[in-house]
Amino acid sequence: MYSEKVMDHFRNPRNMGEIPDADGVGTVGNPVCGDMMTIYIKVKDNRIADIKFKTFGCGAAIATSSMTTELAKGKTIDEALKITRDDVAKDLGGLPPVKMHCSNLAADALHAAIKDYLAKGGKK
Amino acid sequence: MRRVYLDHAAGRPVDERVLEAMLPYFTQKYGNPSTIHTPGNEAREAIEEARGKVAELVGAAKKEEIIFTSGATESNNLALKGAALRNRDRGNHIITSSIEHMSVINTCKELSKQGFEVTYLPVDRYGIVDLEALKRELTDRTILVSIMYANGEIGTIEPIKEISEIVHERGALLHVDAVPAVGQVPIDVVAEGIDLLSISSNDIYGPKGVGALYLRSGVRIVPIIQGGGQERGLRSGTENLPGIVGMGKAAEIAKAEMEAEARRLTRLRDRLISGILEKIPVSFLNGHPTKRLPNNVNVRFSYIEGEALILSLDMEGVACSSGSACTSKTLEPSHVLLATGLKHEEAHGSLLFTLGKQNSEEDVDYVLNLLPGIVKRLRVMSPLTPKELLDHV
Repeated sequence: MYSEKVMDHFRNPRNMGEIPDADGVGTVGNPVCGDMMTIYIKVKDNRIADIKFKTFGCGAAIATSSMTTELAKGKTIDEALKITRDDVAKDLGGLPPVKMHCSNLAADALHAAIKDYLAKGGKK
Repeated sequence: MRRVYLDHAAGRPVDERVLEAMLPYFTQKYGNPSTIHTPGNEAREAIEEARGKVAELVGAAKKEEIIFTSGATESNNLALKGAALRNRDRGNHIITSSIEHMSVINTCKELSKQGFEVTYLPVDRYGIVDLEALKRELTDRTILVSIMYANGEIGTIEPIKEISEIVHERGALLHVDAVPAVGQVPIDVVAEGIDLLSISSNDIYGPKGVGALYLRSGVRIVPIIQGGGQERGLRSGTENLPGIVGMGKAAEIAKAEMEAEARRLTRLRDRLISGILEKIPVSFLNGHPTKRLPNNVNVRFSYIEGEALILSLDMEGVACSSGSACTSKTLEPSHVLLATGLKHEEAHGSLLFTLGKQNSEEDVDYVLNLLPGIVKRLRVMSPLTPKELLDHV
């Protein structure tokens, strides 16, 4: 059902955890739908110096969270804002069609975390 | 890697003895039972023998009361559409429950499009049908009530005898979808007052693609498939000879071995349930603790999701199922779990193990050793898990 890459990220999620003193935090989804994820970012010199995620959800939700953190780490704020759901799915070698909509939310969580950082007065 | 198959509600292996009984009917005994020569007679005799064995398994008075179909979905369609359309002149009201199999629920939905009124009875938190609601909803226009013998997802066994008495007092017919129950618990259609009963072959270790409908003598239905008039005109189409022979053999074995096997499975079931509830904090049993199919274990874990559990167990060789939306075609969590009053997020975290013949105590212990670590790993990952819980587990 899932690509090898998805299973790899599910088995060994990258950057899983929390950042207690995060500069920005973004949460999307909700437990009622079955998928919810939170992304924490630490920004230094306009770059995402550290990023972590926590996810409630299916294999695709966990794998896309992991992939998103991998894509965003080290990127400038502007670059990270350009990461889309499609980028995440593509880099995972594709997702089952039914998962594209409901479980591929991690890019949105990343954007929400960046907006939170900017709203708190962070600079681009 | 050890392979532990715990998804018998989804599919079962064919018993070796069943396969052996079927094999001659592919290449040597291939006659059409509707013909009158020797090969045709041979085929007809084989089908009648199988019919007798299926009849015996469910306590039917006569073997002619068994109609072979292509599977339980067709049996449910034939029972509901056949009885509803045949009895339309007496009323247009059908009663069923909110935890039926989709082949009953979706057939009822189709019948409502054709002018029938359908009432879906609520169940309690264990999944037992509300008998007071049944009494309340029955009217003189009610022609058919369809309630499952036991629920395949949460294992709950329904009080069919009581239901039958209530239904017959008002002159309606009782159809029972017995797919998950046949071969696991003794069923007696006569003593329990069942008018129509759906049976699946694969669920008693027979081949897939064959099933049966018990139709009590005197109960009239109309066919939903027209053709050459096989199966007393109620199910046209050349009989699936090897499949029917296989189902007959499976019924014979089930009747002989059911009691001992049910005792063995009940022990394994209870070992798995109590082990999980003991070893894993914030875990719960879904369904009834005792009015329960011998092979059914349905549990739920807060803060995590079922598909991730299935994938994690599959990586360790364990095959099982979940009522999570992420594992369904409709993207909705199990209607059965929701009907028992669970919230969506609770249903998402459910896990279903259905035991079978090949499972041993070692299989159960293998799962009991694996599962706590898997649940913990996913809980550590989940933003919903309370911090206190992580400190303790």
